[in-house]
Amino acid sequence: MLKAAGRFVLVLALTYLGLLAVTFFIGRVIPVDPVLAIVGDRAPEHVVARVREELGLNKPLYEQFGIYIQKVAHGDFGTSVLTANPVLQDIARTFPATLELATLGILIGVLAGVPLGVWAAVRRGGLVDQVVRVMGLIGYSVPIFWLGLMALVLFYARLGWVSGPGRIDVVYQYTLQPVTGLLLVDAALGGEWEAFRNALSHLILPASLLGYFSLAYISRMTRSFMLNELSQEYVVAARAKGLSETRIIWRHALRNAMVPLVTVIALSYAGLLEGSVLTETVFAWPGLGLYLTNSLQNADMNAVLGATIVVGSVFIGLNLLSDLLYQLLDPRTRAR
Amino acid sequence: MNHDFLTLSRRAVHVAIGALLCVGTALTPALAATPKDTLVLAFAFDDIITMDPAEAFEISTGEVMGNAYDRLVRFDVKDPSKLYGDVAKSWTVSADGKTFAFEIKPGLKFASGNPLTAEDVAFSLQRAVLLDKTPAFILTQFGLNKTNVRDVVKATGPLTLTLETDKAYATTFVLNCLTANVASVVDKKLLLSKEQGGDMGYAWLKTNFAGSGPLKLREWRANEILTLERNDQYYGDKSKLVRVIYRHVKESATQRLLLEKGDIDIARNLSPQDLTALASNADIKTTSTPKGTLFYFSMNMKNPNLAKPEVREAIKYLVDYAAIGDTLMKNIGVVHQNFLPIGLLGASTVNPYKLDVDKAKGLLAKAGLANGFKVTMDVRTVQPVQGIAEAVQQTAKRAGIEIEILPGDGKQTLTKYRARTHDMYIGQWGADYWDPHTNADTFVRNPDNADDAKSKPLTWRNAWAIPDLTKKADAAVLERDPAKRRALYDAMQAEFRRTSPFVMLFQQTEVAAYRSNVDGLKLGPTSDSTYLFGVSKR
Repeated sequence: MLKAAGRFVLVLALTYLGLLAVTFFIGRVIPVDPVLAIVGDRAPEHVVARVREELGLNKPLYEQFGIYIQKVAHGDFGTSVLTANPVLQDIARTFPATLELATLGILIGVLAGVPLGVWAAVRRGGLVDQVVRVMGLIGYSVPIFWLGLMALVLFYARLGWVSGPGRIDVVYQYTLQPVTGLLLVDAALGGEWEAFRNALSHLILPASLLGYFSLAYISRMTRSFMLNELSQEYVVAARAKGLSETRIIWRHALRNAMVPLVTVIALSYAGLLEGSVLTETVFAWPGLGLYLTNSLQNADMNAVLGATIVVGSVFIGLNLLSDLLYQLLDPRTRAR
Repeated sequence: MNHDFLTLSRRAVHVAIGALLCVGTALTPALAATPKDTLVLAFAFDDIITMDPAEAFEISTGEVMGNAYDRLVRFDVKDPSKLYGDVAKSWTVSADGKTFAFEIKPGLKFASGNPLTAEDVAFSLQRAVLLDKTPAFILTQFGLNKTNVRDVVKATGPLTLTLETDKAYATTFVLNCLTANVASVVDKKLLLSKEQGGDMGYAWLKTNFAGSGPLKLREWRANEILTLERNDQYYGDKSKLVRVIYRHVKESATQRLLLEKGDIDIARNLSPQDLTALASNADIKTTSTPKGTLFYFSMNMKNPNLAKPEVREAIKYLVDYAAIGDTLMKNIGVVHQNFLPIGLLGASTVNPYKLDVDKAKGLLAKAGLANGFKVTMDVRTVQPVQGIAEAVQQTAKRAGIEIEILPGDGKQTLTKYRARTHDMYIGQWGADYWDPHTNADTFVRNPDNADDAKSKPLTWRNAWAIPDLTKKADAAVLERDPAKRRALYDAMQAEFRRTSPFVMLFQQTEVAAYRSNVDGLKLGPTSDSTYLFGVSKR
């Protein structure tokens, strides 16, 4: 047991190191001068040279990387040059915005996508199956950017059902006490139900949009896993035994289909947690995707590396979680 | 096969629909409106990297500085050639033109409550020179440097201050430089209390505030929100608004929806298409001002073809200025073929070039390139720049010049341009401070064209060696007679139009759209002269 844990920690450390190394070296070879983001286009040459030295950019690459790793090991992720804040502080600000959006998005995706997929599989070729197919097709082919704008025009501008871009109305900007950075949680903790309602009405549209895109994928995958299960002998046996169709489908077939489905859902969720740059742009959502992209375009490497660690951790964490869920769902994988 | 499995999902669907309806009704937002005492703007401010006036040099930061920091003098937004005292009550220039004496208005206070004295003004200028960040050159160009600044900028009494320059510059030049953000007055006492390791409060001020302007900075959250509040300590007319909130909204279409819906009062970054679409909306008005920003493309003379004067002239005839002006630049720019934007002293309004393919062909033949040639152009993938580049590509082709567009993002193309490894580059240039020398310094001065030159202005980036023009530009900044100074700039612009490797295209017009209940909004000619403290809401 101890040995397994030790091996796990080692693998984890190597994964992070590899991730950082790749990101670091890609960041250094992209043809953008990181000094430019700090001093701007107008800086006199001596200022440019001084900042280059301050950043340590005149040192060899491996040495720069070594310094960075050393600092990270001491918990110092450096300062973002774009926001003038410590990277950790920036991440503590942008990641909750993305987390809130992605979590609601994946909930919508799973709660609607799995039943739809099951339904489509059971009534193969039927109306629901066709609808799921078309939804999947649209989900794959329509740019999220365009769909987001259309959704805003319809539900926000025309119908007025939801609030517009941004996380919350400006009137609540300074009334809400930040605790977790998740506005819904903070509002609930503070008992600010007006603010909660407002934050939710801002969140619901972009979350539905992300939900729709994961729904399109999840329902297709559910359908194919279910078709596979429904053709298995144990289903025939169950029917012969006279079990109700509801029980066969929801208890037996879906339960077996859930094993691969968990991976699909976990990966979808991880994808959403990376932050969807286009959705965040259209909805003026100050999330991790926008932070990462903006930092990358300006070669703000401390920020890029910090955000990469977060994204990496999300993937590792969700992988672990789905491994645990396997054991829960599939008795064969449980350690004896 | 029976279908009672559906009973479960049918029930689930009913429950889900019911829940959705409930949530929908509960969420329907109250009629959107911003509070009466708060002005809300949508503004793409991802360029901001600091809130320290000694370092800030970005467009969006300029606007904050203009509203939140006072300086010795400001220019009149209605007539930028006129200056008026801001914290300075009066000033005199010595007979030899090298000593400026300022008297500070009495009884001024910073937002912190600390008194504002000549000592603070001297500290502010010294600090900017000593920190030596990007905009420091605006002050060092008239002789201030790290070793002498404590002697040449001096408080001579609680409310009097002198500044000595190394040469007798045009008085307007020195005063114009003092209107820049880098000359903002900062709170010495407050900054020294926040000092870390002798940094004069540099680390702290990046995200904080130490000014005395009509509005004070409450918070800057990068790429999210920036809030200014009324400074009740301000000496002049207090801001009518209690609060000004900038929301970072990058996308033009999103800004438009927010404005139409009334969730913001002012939209600052609308595309020409969105502006056109808003024109028919009775609740929304627009205002516009010519800015100090020029659109141009340039030709690197390290490329042997582009080094030929006939080729450069031919290319100036291969741009359909009028057509681009009517489409891509509609409402957001006017044709302008000079390096001084209109509004600056001496700016020329002569625009001699128009699309003339035959003339261009003749010039190319004269250069021995009758069959044209191939060349690349580095282009940022943003509008309107990308569209302009494509239009130029089309018209140049008619004379046989094949322009290959190399797309990149801003920092990428700029990195290449700064290393002068491009053929052609399309971009923008904005005035750094409100004096003609700012543009003359980069468009007609090139003190050293060597690869390892100390100073690398735009002329250097395009390898345009011009010792004569450099001398003329240096003379113009020392000319103390405004009429003569104007004539010098006029002559430089004429020569520049003919021979330079720069194809000047448009002067930017900034447009803002606002709700009709907003009064008193005027965009300034520079980024730091859009004043929101005079704005009110009905």
